Amino acid sequence: MAVRPVLDPRDRGGPAQPLLIARELRKHFPVKGARGKSVQAVDGVSFTVRKGETLGIVGESGCGKSTLARLLLHLVVPDAGELVFDGDAVGASDGIAVDALRRQVQMVFQDSYSSLNPRMPVRDSVAFGPFIQGRKKAEARNIARAILGKVGLDADLFGPRYPHELSGGQKQRVNIARALAIDPRMIILDEPVSALDKSVEAQVLNLLRALKRQLSLTYVFISHDLGVVRYISDRVLVMYLGRVVELGPVDAIFERPLHPYTKALLASRPSMDPTRRIEEPPISGDPPNPIDPPSGCRFRTRCPFAEPVCESTAPQLAEWLGQDSHVAACHMQDLASGHSRAGQG
Amino acid sequence: MSPPVICKTWPPATAERARVEMDGAAELPLVEVNDLSVKFVSRETTVYAVNKVSFAARRGEVLCILGESGSGKSVTLRTLMRLLPRQAQVEGRVRVNGRDVLAMRPRELRDLRGGLVAMVFQEPMTALDPVYTIGQQIGETVRRHTGCDRKAARGRALELLELVRIPSPERRLDAYPHELSGGLRQRAMIAMALSCNPQLLLADEPTTALDATVQVQVLILLRRLQRELGMGMIFVTHDLGVAAEVADTIAVMYAGRIVEVGPVGQVLSDPLHPYTAGLLASTVHGQPKDRDIDAIPGSPPDMRRLSQGCSFAPRCSRRSAACHATIPEPRFHAAERMIACLNPTVRV
Repeated sequence: MAVRPVLDPRDRGGPAQPLLIARELRKHFPVKGARGKSVQAVDGVSFTVRKGETLGIVGESGCGKSTLARLLLHLVVPDAGELVFDGDAVGASDGIAVDALRRQVQMVFQDSYSSLNPRMPVRDSVAFGPFIQGRKKAEARNIARAILGKVGLDADLFGPRYPHELSGGQKQRVNIARALAIDPRMIILDEPVSALDKSVEAQVLNLLRALKRQLSLTYVFISHDLGVVRYISDRVLVMYLGRVVELGPVDAIFERPLHPYTKALLASRPSMDPTRRIEEPPISGDPPNPIDPPSGCRFRTRCPFAEPVCESTAPQLAEWLGQDSHVAACHMQDLASGHSRAGQG
Repeated sequence: MSPPVICKTWPPATAERARVEMDGAAELPLVEVNDLSVKFVSRETTVYAVNKVSFAARRGEVLCILGESGSGKSVTLRTLMRLLPRQAQVEGRVRVNGRDVLAMRPRELRDLRGGLVAMVFQEPMTALDPVYTIGQQIGETVRRHTGCDRKAARGRALELLELVRIPSPERRLDAYPHELSGGLRQRAMIAMALSCNPQLLLADEPTTALDATVQVQVLILLRRLQRELGMGMIFVTHDLGVAAEVADTIAVMYAGRIVEVGPVGQVLSDPLHPYTAGLLASTVHGQPKDRDIDAIPGSPPDMRRLSQGCSFAPRCSRRSAACHATIPEPRFHAAERMIACLNPTVRV
């Protein structure tokens, strides 16, 4: 899908400047009671988000995708690494401050109920952002009314209600409205439809697509549901145990996956056809514990092609050649790695 | 209701089931549920969770109950073992292996649970006891139902861990639940459920909490065990893809009622009820990216205030005036399929 031209007065870098660049982000959480041990939630993750695109992030539980989402907004402060928003380094003296970043990047969380204040009518929750940023109360209320309408909720009917009076889909619409209320340029969606029923999930996905078109938004869409990610994303980043294993355009990832983990993940999808059931598990075992990840390539303990080189050296993502390059962190993709299957896959 | 809506005629699909039929045991369905209603009564309100549900499941068959949250699928499943809280008011008839479960006394119930009928729950971490090892928990069930000694029970537990393909089972016998990964925990729970050779295995979203690559392993395991042990299985899920992987027969529930029953292939390729059709269309699986998904409008009804008519009518594109007035009676379509709809996608 072509990237739409962005006509936004806040646009500083022009259309070629990625909206967000993450370089070598790292976050290790120390483990209580275990000397020197830590959960390596995000370990050297780099990627870019282009203006107007939807970047899908997939991976299993514990792979660090939610921590990564929080790092992007400094809700969790990274141990190391750099974030660049539209050309300005986040938190640097000559860059953009964290609160200024949060005015342009907003987040929608998975649990639609716990992310709303239960004691506030939802129109006040939505109006709170603009109000705190200096708008007059009446003005903020008007913004909330307009935004609630945009997400498909009648402001007169639903605005005065409290979160417990809304269904899951309606609450998630309120969360989307709240994220939109301060007119952000980018929204980070952390499993926004995972807690919803399928019939409601489709409504929310359609809404997100429509809003992106209308408001020229950029999305980072995190999900474990490959079907949803394929539908909504332009490019996809696959994570495993805190590292990026593959990154590329959505069709390339789904039709020509390079990394054995991506292949296994895709092969684990139910077929939706009882005559073509999966007879053999594509890979065995569970993802290892991120406290003590395997050395070298973190996937090697479950990989059918693991060789000594995978244990000794961590594979690097191949160099980006262009905007649409499709890269994987696997020794089989690297002719110089010494893996016997190098260059064959 | 005059004609019984027991789904009694699904032909056996597997060799195992044919074997059971030769024994003559298949004359009687393993599970027979007639006009089951469950409501939860509290001082403020009454929730009508299950409303006049009837179905049957046969030995060697996997019946999948498919429905969204609040559709009454888990309550229906729990009623088969009477695992309901005290506020639940149950009406109707539930027979497992010819025995009336609703009339059982506490002692008989304890024999039933884990013996004839066993359950695999969604969250293995909360369903297993954190202060006992896996071996102790499986052994306890075995000793309760067979009266054997600890040593024999431990031997049986080891055998079971091997059956569910847990690697290095001797070591895992002495592990506590928190020491196992999600997939191994769910395997341990399956081992515990199978410990006394149940004839009926109930599975309540057993793979929902698992990762994609682990989910498929557990589904394949459950299917294999069900076939090898010739059990009947009732599998509750909200996921069409999971249902397609395990089911022989699908029963679709909406707002506490079964709206459609049929063989899995037919229901998925040619759904009769507008809700089933809508669910298929709104499940994201390879739709073109440049179009909206055909979502079902609106949201599920409030189970405290169900309407007089079809509960799906307010969201249905095929509704007519009559849909709001009466609850559609279940009818047979062909020999194998049941539907409760006045305006199905095909003439019945």
